[in-house]
Amino acid sequence: MVETGHFALVLAFALSLVQMLVPLVGARAGNQRLMAVGGPVAVTGFALTALSFTALATAYAGSDFSVASVWENSHSLQPLIYKITGTWGNHEGSMLLWVLILTFFGALVAVFGNNLPATLKANVLAVQGMIGAAFFLFILATSNPFIRLNPAPIEGRDLNPILQDLGLAVHPPLLYLGYVGFSICFSFSVAALIEGRIDASWARWVRPWTLVAWMFLTGGIAMGSYWAYYELGWGGFWFWDPVENASFMPWLAGTALLHSAIVMEKRSALKIWTLLLAILTFSLSLLGTFLVRSGVLTSVHAFATDPARGVFILCILTLFIGGSLTLFALRASRLTAGGLFHPISREGALVLNNLFLTTATATVLVGTLYPLALEAITGGKISVGAPFFDLTFGPLMLPLLAIVPFGPLLAWKRGDVLAASQRLMAAFALALAAMLVTGLFIDGASVFAALGVGLAVWLVAGALTDLAVKSGVGSVAPTVMLRRFAGLPRSVFGTTLAHLGLGLTLLGIVGTLSFGTEKILTMRPGETVELSGHTLRFEGLYPQKGPNFTEDRGRFLLISEGNADGEITSAKRFYPVRQTVTTESGIRTLGLSQLYLSLGDAGNDGSVVVRLWWKPLVTLIWGGGLVMMAGAAMSLADRRLRVGAPSRRRKPAAAAVSASPT
Amino acid sequence: MTRKQKRLSVILAGLAFLGAAAGLTFYALGQKASYFYMPADLTTATVQPGQRIRLGGLVEKGTIVRGQGATVAFSVTDKQKSVKVTYTGILPDLFREEQGVITEGAFGPDGVFVADSVLAKHDERYMPKEVADGLKAKGVWQESKSE
Repeated sequence: MVETGHFALVLAFALSLVQMLVPLVGARAGNQRLMAVGGPVAVTGFALTALSFTALATAYAGSDFSVASVWENSHSLQPLIYKITGTWGNHEGSMLLWVLILTFFGALVAVFGNNLPATLKANVLAVQGMIGAAFFLFILATSNPFIRLNPAPIEGRDLNPILQDLGLAVHPPLLYLGYVGFSICFSFSVAALIEGRIDASWARWVRPWTLVAWMFLTGGIAMGSYWAYYELGWGGFWFWDPVENASFMPWLAGTALLHSAIVMEKRSALKIWTLLLAILTFSLSLLGTFLVRSGVLTSVHAFATDPARGVFILCILTLFIGGSLTLFALRASRLTAGGLFHPISREGALVLNNLFLTTATATVLVGTLYPLALEAITGGKISVGAPFFDLTFGPLMLPLLAIVPFGPLLAWKRGDVLAASQRLMAAFALALAAMLVTGLFIDGASVFAALGVGLAVWLVAGALTDLAVKSGVGSVAPTVMLRRFAGLPRSVFGTTLAHLGLGLTLLGIVGTLSFGTEKILTMRPGETVELSGHTLRFEGLYPQKGPNFTEDRGRFLLISEGNADGEITSAKRFYPVRQTVTTESGIRTLGLSQLYLSLGDAGNDGSVVVRLWWKPLVTLIWGGGLVMMAGAAMSLADRRLRVGAPSRRRKPAAAAVSASPT
Repeated sequence: MTRKQKRLSVILAGLAFLGAAAGLTFYALGQKASYFYMPADLTTATVQPGQRIRLGGLVEKGTIVRGQGATVAFSVTDKQKSVKVTYTGILPDLFREEQGVITEGAFGPDGVFVADSVLAKHDERYMPKEVADGLKAKGVWQESKSE
């Protein structure tokens, strides 16, 4: 099975070479048959990659330690679920997952792209094939997961205990679906540049792909953040770690792309800009892959450091980013510029959104790369952390968030800020009230906290205002209103949900940072501690044995108003194979807030260091992310965007184009 | 406005944004980036009390003293010089004698480094990269020791 997987991988590489060359040549020569090769090859390539991945997953599930990668990252005593998720809990396997998703997206274009102009489809598949070929070669040359060991070891070296968690089943696949999903937008852009033409179907196709990728990336980042929060035992949800920034930059650029694609689809303006953004977004995804996988950064994500891999990915990076940008410089002037619009309009607001988001992306990029550049040039080592990003990213985000509610209320072409402001009066009053209540009535609230709460309420109320205005609240009879509400396009609900989710996330962040409390203390069994109105009694440390670890589980009784209200446990786990200790935090969700408990070192007298946090509204941080995902899903469900739905109108155009080259 | 004027205004707005961001970035890099030092570097470099830095090295053997509550004192060494560090909080799981650590904080007026965060590697097969590089540069640590 392992050799089958290996062989399938080599075949998939060979097919990706075919996919990158044949359709491209076909599109240039106008040869229908050569162009048609792209589709079946892409689908077959995906099937082979899936076979290869299944083979590796089978080796992991069956603990086949004759495979080097399995030996290094698995153990026979691990629970089955971690044996399987361990498939991508290492460098080689995670790269295989990367190409699996890449070929999956390629196959989707091949299957559902029948209503695309034939040359565009051929070129898109060819570019997808190029990316695939580069990464297949990377895997085969430097990170082959199928290398055998002879003689086979009897026992494996275990998966990094930090990764032995359900988070590994969720976070990497979601994140990769997002990262790699942007490759489709990239391929469409490069294909458009190769053709020197952007037509209506281009915009119709790029927007849903952006939505899909953005939705998964949002989920991947949110889940990664929650995983780090509960697994690392530090109680933090975002560390401005370069690895986090690596996923955050494509998200910011992708958010900008999402918005500029709307302008392009509706008004056929900002074409060239959208195209450039699509290239940049995927470039940032590639940069993220490089930062995380090359080992230039030390983190839990850098599974092993091998300079050859770093250099290889750097070459891929240079080739694709340099190549696509050069192509852009050469060809962009050939594309026809889009329509005109007034600065005060929906388009204008979206341009402003793009300015803020791309500048913010640039500051994160500088903060992430500057330490690396400095070290390479002068050898000086600095760390750029939260204080830097608070000072640069923060001031850029605040005004952006403040203008978000205006955008959807402005009309296309020429908007009226005054009218929009009038409609937002209620939302503004609500935000002001929330700000005053926070500032005046909550003890210890800082100016920042009051502003933050106000801004979050402003976002939520503003998002709902848009919905209310569009369904005619206050101006038409309730029955008419309900009918209008039900008749609103799904994408309107999508916008509302996404902006609402943003507000919720902000509320969670402000709530946790401003009103959170923490205590560090030494506790003996029987002692109690009180934090923000919650009393905990330490019951003692109880040794336990798991499948591949031993642990000291500290049990704490939560006492609410004198009555026992369940138990919170936190443990120090010891994994003997890797001689590693991990902390299992204890979390109790109360409403939207959480009580978070983390165990420190135990003393000789049965006492233990305990760190306890009260995190108000913290669940909203990730809950908001889920709401944003729901918004994207809602927009995707919009009939207008459903792939294939507009085909009746597009068919004649497609036929005309495909007929012309012959 | 004509197309040209519009394009110009968009470009100017973009430049204004970039300028503002660049200004913020330079200011923040000057103020908020913390530099990494090994104990022996501190004899040559001038670090004011209160200036945030990162101090890395090995936890010196026999220096870990648990004080009141959750306060811990230990020394960070690069085998040439060592620096006393105090930290209040939960130490990372991989914190132990002779392990590489990075502490972040500032010197108090008494010359003791008060750390507000202590990082150790997640996986014990590896050293923090900065510490490994620093020790290698000082010739007290060889690559072979890691495996």
